[in-house]
Amino acid sequence: MPESAKTVREISFHVTRYNPENDRAPYIKTYTVPVHEGMTVLDGLHYIKENLDPSLAWRYSCRMGVCGSCGMLLNGHPTLACNTQILHIANADLTVAPLPNFEIIRDLVPDLAIMFDKHRSLKPYVVRTDEAEINDPAGEFYQSPEDLEAYLQYTYCIKCACCMAACPTLATDARYLGPMPLAAAQRYNEDTRDDGRRERNRQTGRAYGAFRCHYAGECSRACPKGVDPAKAIQHLKRRLVLDYLHLSRRKKPCAKLHGPGQGKPLPNIPAAPAKTA
Amino acid sequence: MAELERHDNRLGIWGWLGGGRWGVERYAYILHRLTGLGILLYFLMHIVVTSLRARGIYLWVEGGFFHRPIFKLGEFLVFAAFAYHALNGVRLVLVELGFAVGRPIDPVYPYKTSLNVQRPLLIAMMILAAIFLAAGGYEFLGLAK
Ligand code: HEM
Ligand code: SF4
Ligand code: SF4
Ligand code: FES
Repeated sequence: MPESAKTVREISFHVTRYNPENDRAPYIKTYTVPVHEGMTVLDGLHYIKENLDPSLAWRYSCRMGVCGSCGMLLNGHPTLACNTQILHIANADLTVAPLPNFEIIRDLVPDLAIMFDKHRSLKPYVVRTDEAEINDPAGEFYQSPEDLEAYLQYTYCIKCACCMAACPTLATDARYLGPMPLAAAQRYNEDTRDDGRRERNRQTGRAYGAFRCHYAGECSRACPKGVDPAKAIQHLKRRLVLDYLHLSRRKKPCAKLHGPGQGKPLPNIPAAPAKTA
Repeated sequence: MAELERHDNRLGIWGWLGGGRWGVERYAYILHRLTGLGILLYFLMHIVVTSLRARGIYLWVEGGFFHRPIFKLGEFLVFAAFAYHALNGVRLVLVELGFAVGRPIDPVYPYKTSLNVQRPLLIAMMILAAIFLAAGGYEFLGLAK
């Protein structure tokens, strides 16, 4: 903490504590944190751990909204602790709780394994039949900027699970695949290199799949990266309906363009300089 | 190591209601569910009541049980629930088939989501619902006489 940072206000952090070895149920413990300008909730948790209570547990890594570890419930909103300024959301009190709809491992640590199992079940990677090309690529796949835009927004997902905590369907239906995995499925379905949509449809079209979503839109409101999973899911539903009615145009996945060094350079692009190392 | 008992932090039905800090689509969703169940309940009662005629009981004739004023209000509520449910349902059919939510975009902060894109449709449907309710109130509550 820099010397110059002056405490603006003291804020009471009401933090959910739970240690399954000793506690029968989670309880709330309050800590007073001197807050200065620019301090994030993650900084506040560090203050508690360093000065008030070393036993507090939570997940974090990058402290810059990239790794997706620090999703938690701040004043009832699922969001990233590292991406939230304390003074933007709290006057005197701040409640910090683990993301709901997941079991609590300890304190603020939710067990996200169930989400990742669902994610994995939807084959969140490029699926192709020409396996040899995938394992030993001899060229590049051609993809236009317009092709890229069809799924680029969904690639920004950092798997923070904030959407899963916000979703009312997941609040009562543990089997629902949920916004993050479904948005990931749509991300690969729309990738022109991919040929796995019909395989994924077998999962996303099930009773616990995309049609469990009722467009309450909470996932998109909660998402700290602007991924808009609700939009992805509605487009996914449309595609499922069209596929079911055999109305989708059958598209081959995009072709290989050429191998390294085999392409014809455009005339107005100068040759690359000779290698120096 | 013995399996530790974990705390299941699922929100349950409370997660549907969401406690007042959610967006308007969340309220539309919960109201859609309540009105859907409401008309379903009405529909079932309707079958029971009309089937009573098989036993010679006619509750809806002039001067019968259902001519108490409270049932006028009840009738209006059923109509109101149906009007809301049907109009919001049209929005949901469009939205959930991927219309009116927009194409994928570049997420630039502050994020605009598909919720913003479909909001005019929601507002239009709610204005229509208000018009239906006003007309229905005029008719059902006996103001038309
Ligand atoms: C024009 C008439 C109607 C339309 C356009 C309509 C539309 C819809 C739509 C689109 C849904 C799915 C909403 C979602 O995805 O969350 C739905 C759900 C539902 N509807 Fe209707 N509906 C109509 C009439 C009725 C009637 C007459 C009943 C009752 C007898 C009814 C009962 C329900 C119920 C119980 C649900 C489930 C609610 C939920 O899961 O949240 N609907 N309706
Ligand atoms: S869609 Fe958004 S909220 Fe959901 S896991 Fe990805 S980044 Fe987090
Ligand atoms: S839009 Fe669908 S996935 Fe997103 S919060 Fe609502 S029900 Fe859940
Ligand atoms: S610590 Fe990585 S997203 Fe917050």
